[in-house]
Amino acid sequence: MADNQTTANNGVNVQALLDARVALADAPEAAKFTWSASCEWKDGTFSESTVEGYFGLGENHKHKTVFKFDADHPAVFASEDRGATPVEYVLVGLASCLTAGIAAVAQNRDIQLRSVTSTLEGGMDIQGILGMDSDIRNGFDGIKVSYKIDADASQKDIEALVAQSQKRSAVYDIVTNPTNITVEVN
Amino acid sequence: MTARTTTTVVIGGGQAGLAMSRCLTERSIDHVVLERGEVANSWRTERWDSLRLLTPNWQSRLPGFGYEGDDPDGYRTMPEIVAFLDRYAEVISAPIETNTTVTSLRSVDAGYLVSTDQGEWRCQTVVLASGACNIARVPALSEALPSEIATLDSMQYRNPEQLGPGGVMIVGASATGTQFADEIHRSGRPVTISVGEHIRAPRVYRGRDLEWWMDAAGILDERYDEIEDINRARKLPSLQLTGTPERTTLDLNALTATGVKLIGRFAGINDGKAQFSGSLRNQCAMSDLKMGRLLDTIDEWASENGLDGEVEVPHRLDPTDVEASPPLGMNLTSGEIKTIIWATGYRPDNSWLDMPVFDRKGRIRHDGGILDDAPGAYLMGIQFLRRRKSALLDGVGDDARDLCAHLAAYLDGQARANRGAAN
Repeated sequence: MADNQTTANNGVNVQALLDARVALADAPEAAKFTWSASCEWKDGTFSESTVEGYFGLGENHKHKTVFKFDADHPAVFASEDRGATPVEYVLVGLASCLTAGIAAVAQNRDIQLRSVTSTLEGGMDIQGILGMDSDIRNGFDGIKVSYKIDADASQKDIEALVAQSQKRSAVYDIVTNPTNITVEVN
Repeated sequence: MTARTTTTVVIGGGQAGLAMSRCLTERSIDHVVLERGEVANSWRTERWDSLRLLTPNWQSRLPGFGYEGDDPDGYRTMPEIVAFLDRYAEVISAPIETNTTVTSLRSVDAGYLVSTDQGEWRCQTVVLASGACNIARVPALSEALPSEIATLDSMQYRNPEQLGPGGVMIVGASATGTQFADEIHRSGRPVTISVGEHIRAPRVYRGRDLEWWMDAAGILDERYDEIEDINRARKLPSLQLTGTPERTTLDLNALTATGVKLIGRFAGINDGKAQFSGSLRNQCAMSDLKMGRLLDTIDEWASENGLDGEVEVPHRLDPTDVEASPPLGMNLTSGEIKTIIWATGYRPDNSWLDMPVFDRKGRIRHDGGILDDAPGAYLMGIQFLRRRKSALLDGVGDDARDLCAHLAAYLDGQARANRGAAN
């Protein structure tokens, strides 16, 4: 980091992100984004969600592709297992957010990544969702994330990467801190 | 009453204002120091009883003054800080007007008009040195607390006797919060401390005060225009240090060893229940990593400078111990917590500053203390103003010298321009 010679290439355009920081400091309104998803019930516990448009930088945008997500519950819940469970999507969201963060922070710190893999486990006592014991929460009682990272950096620098990625992660924040949710029926 | 006139008005008679006064006197620049109370008013009236300075006695090298006692490694108590600054004001014959509260500062013609409760001053240049810690920061969520919880902020707290019996939650784990937690827990009230971003630091490392290392290795001299993200550096919390005769390290492990409980950042209140962030483990991991990097830097510097044989061998502190599943919520109406103390930082009071010099976050726009939007106006005494040490007693001197040189050049330029206009 002492010299400005950037050698690592993790495929993240960090300069664009740094430029955005400068530009948005003068136009904070443009920094307000709205992310969207829609969901349609199909049958049983099976639903299909769609992600297509989002709002940001003062205007509406569309993803290059329409993304579809099937969600269901497995056979042990007497369901037909036509998709991942919603709570697994939470793990997917957390994993991909932290991993993207690791790549971006590594790029910014000029650390070449060779491989980054992780496994996530969310513990849950289903007595909560089954309404058997009100002292047991519905959601995860904890999430364990394990990273395996091969990179041109010391163990300490890799630990710092992973710590910084948590600090800057949207999904990590969403999961660790309360969020007000407003649900309307139209 | 007609306005009195001087070349420079210095607002604030603490260490920053006095250091600037000394520099102005050296250059024979006519000035006055306006102080709302007595010299060192914040130290005198707005801090808790047991507070000692976080930097050792020797580390108070002010322009033309310094420590003269026989305990260079000790830490000043509040009365000792006040006496030290009183003596400084006397030694430098600072032209100070005490019990003079500035009510407004405006730009007029080619200078400034300073209104006070003791009349007005006209001046060509002005130095804002009223301090960065005038108001205790309290998060907005405090308004949702159940009424049965007593609350204090870090400027209202004086000592544990002020508190009723029962559990106490301290919000904030920097120098202020950890010191409150320690003495309140020792008073027999069970303490829970809510931990967000903090910077862990050993008081003594390899036999020397951490501040000695940071000073010697040049870390405290790092300049504002040479570091990567100055906005971030100016927002960093204080090092988790305390100044005690025993030179103890007061980190989270020291607190949990006495029975203090750690919880995550205070994130919300819902139906009388406090919610804490699940980020405690990462906050502690980041702090441990940061401390490790600081100690690595120190070790490297010690080796390069041939100190390895002279000082103790390098060592590392145990990682911060966080329980497996720290609580994420707490019923605030259960009686477990009777008092909450906000140790969530301070902010300056610039309400009297009637000039368009603020950014959208209400911070004064400046380049190392030279105001962007008000020629001849200067800011002092804030975190990382020009150097990492800017907010320390030991740091205001270099800033005062730099800014006074700029101020003198500005006055010369004005004088030349006036002569030019007259010709």
